Amino acid sequence: MSFNVVQPGLLSTLQDLGRFGQHSVGLTTGGPLDTEAFAWANRILHNPANACAIELSFGGLHLRAQSQTYICVTGATLDLTINGQTKQLWCSHKVAEGDDIKLGYSQQGCRSYIAVAGGFTITPSFGSTSTVVREKIGGLNGLKLAANDQLPCAQTTELKRQALAMEHWPNYTKNDATSCTKLRLVPGYQYPWFDPSAQLRFFHNQYQVTDRSDRMGMRLNGPDVSCATQSMLSEGICLGAVQIPADGQPIVLLNDRQTIGGYPKIGSVIAIDTAKLAQLRPGNLVHFEAIDLYQAHTINTLAKLKFNATELLEISPRSRSHHD
Amino acid sequence: MTHPATSPTINIEIDIASENSFVIYFGDRHSTSISAQVSSQIAATAQHIKSSLGGCLVDLVSSYASLLVIYNSLQHDHLWVRHQLQQVLNTAIEQQQDPSKLIQLPVFYSPQYGPELPLLARNAGLSLDQIIDLHCATQYRVYAIGFAPGFAYLGEVDPRLATARLATPRLKVPAGAVAIADRQTAVYPAQSPGGWNLIGLCPTPMFNAEQQTHMPVAVGDRVQFYAIDQQQYLDLGGELHEF
Repeated sequence: MSFNVVQPGLLSTLQDLGRFGQHSVGLTTGGPLDTEAFAWANRILHNPANACAIELSFGGLHLRAQSQTYICVTGATLDLTINGQTKQLWCSHKVAEGDDIKLGYSQQGCRSYIAVAGGFTITPSFGSTSTVVREKIGGLNGLKLAANDQLPCAQTTELKRQALAMEHWPNYTKNDATSCTKLRLVPGYQYPWFDPSAQLRFFHNQYQVTDRSDRMGMRLNGPDVSCATQSMLSEGICLGAVQIPADGQPIVLLNDRQTIGGYPKIGSVIAIDTAKLAQLRPGNLVHFEAIDLYQAHTINTLAKLKFNATELLEISPRSRSHHD
Repeated sequence: MTHPATSPTINIEIDIASENSFVIYFGDRHSTSISAQVSSQIAATAQHIKSSLGGCLVDLVSSYASLLVIYNSLQHDHLWVRHQLQQVLNTAIEQQQDPSKLIQLPVFYSPQYGPELPLLARNAGLSLDQIIDLHCATQYRVYAIGFAPGFAYLGEVDPRLATARLATPRLKVPAGAVAIADRQTAVYPAQSPGGWNLIGLCPTPMFNAEQQTHMPVAVGDRVQFYAIDQQQYLDLGGELHEF
């Protein structure tokens, strides 16, 4: 009962919601960069929210099913085929032993998720199956997927198929887009250390995503917002923290960040927007907008209500052709 | 053990770090000097926060002069969490107890396997044995854990041992390497790149994913090193790697 990895793609890793409560031994959280797309993949398959799925960066994964089950692909737009037949994203599909599942390269967005009914059955390390390659923890021996890996899962012969209506699919930025993604940030940490002109520059300019970006953090390029004070004691770093090193170029820290660091931070981007940021590619533009904790709380509460209130479409065997 | 009547009051402030975390600063946040008293207070406060926030607490990061508290913001809002933290800070200061334990770690000091040992001796104008004695003489405090799983920042070494990081970091520092950077010392838990000055090897695993207790030390604990020879190092399970 498993999937065989034929082609792993550029960076495909097993992830659950992340590793929590382990910062005291220096372990970071890991987990899906785009928690919304990850959550939909599991929900469409009736999985628990923390079920283990694969995160792909830039796509390019080829799996072969070794047993009967159901899969679902969400996130960045890409071509999904099962035995050469094009299949819909954000929708569950039945697969049988020997089926070839191919995910092409991502066209809009960057991170995609492929989940399986019941989740991949991986032994958790420190309470989580999330792979953090830098720490060699989680997934299969702490590594990204490689050709010939076996990904164990349970056999599922019957499952009510579901899909997310297209009107609810997130809009991922086109790769040639000139549009600018808004990142909402709660000013915090060393915010008062930045002089008012640096604060203004930070909130009134666009920044470009550079190619020196990974699961640890997104390095941005734009007007210098360097902080006069560079010398500080290392302190805990949270998800979304915007670190400003001496060169004045912001780094937005993501899931695989180091747990402590000693650069000044102007504030932290909310998780809903780090998910959007992680879907961008080098060259895409962002700008920052300051919000307070009350606004952040409202945004998060509404997002959760919306996720829970959004009903999935049920796919009856008769209506298959419309959704396959 | 610190008693409020005999210790100077440390200024403590709660600040926003993100939508779901607060950072608590102990002492002057512009200062880069480190203090055992502050570290002890942080360790005690962390314990109180765990019981006060309970299931709402997602994770905690203790460091030199700060404590990052990450909470579930959909379970309780920031007003409730800040109130709880303030309550803890009000009471923790009165009930302060140092929960630290002392851990003794063996070190095989060797110029062959700790290539910067002669450099430290030259800089300080001391013999190799005197450098080793100085490194073993101090009870260090675990100020922070980070950088890599199980990497504990220990301080502070005798000023005569303080040495700046290497201009070019090594691509491979072996697991167990005992090292110094400025006035900090540490044991590398696993092979990794690193720019600290290497003075010896410790056979005690600093991070073990398989065991119930993953690390022999925690933030706030005290560590003292003692010297062993090559045979003792090998008997304790240490491995030797050429540089």
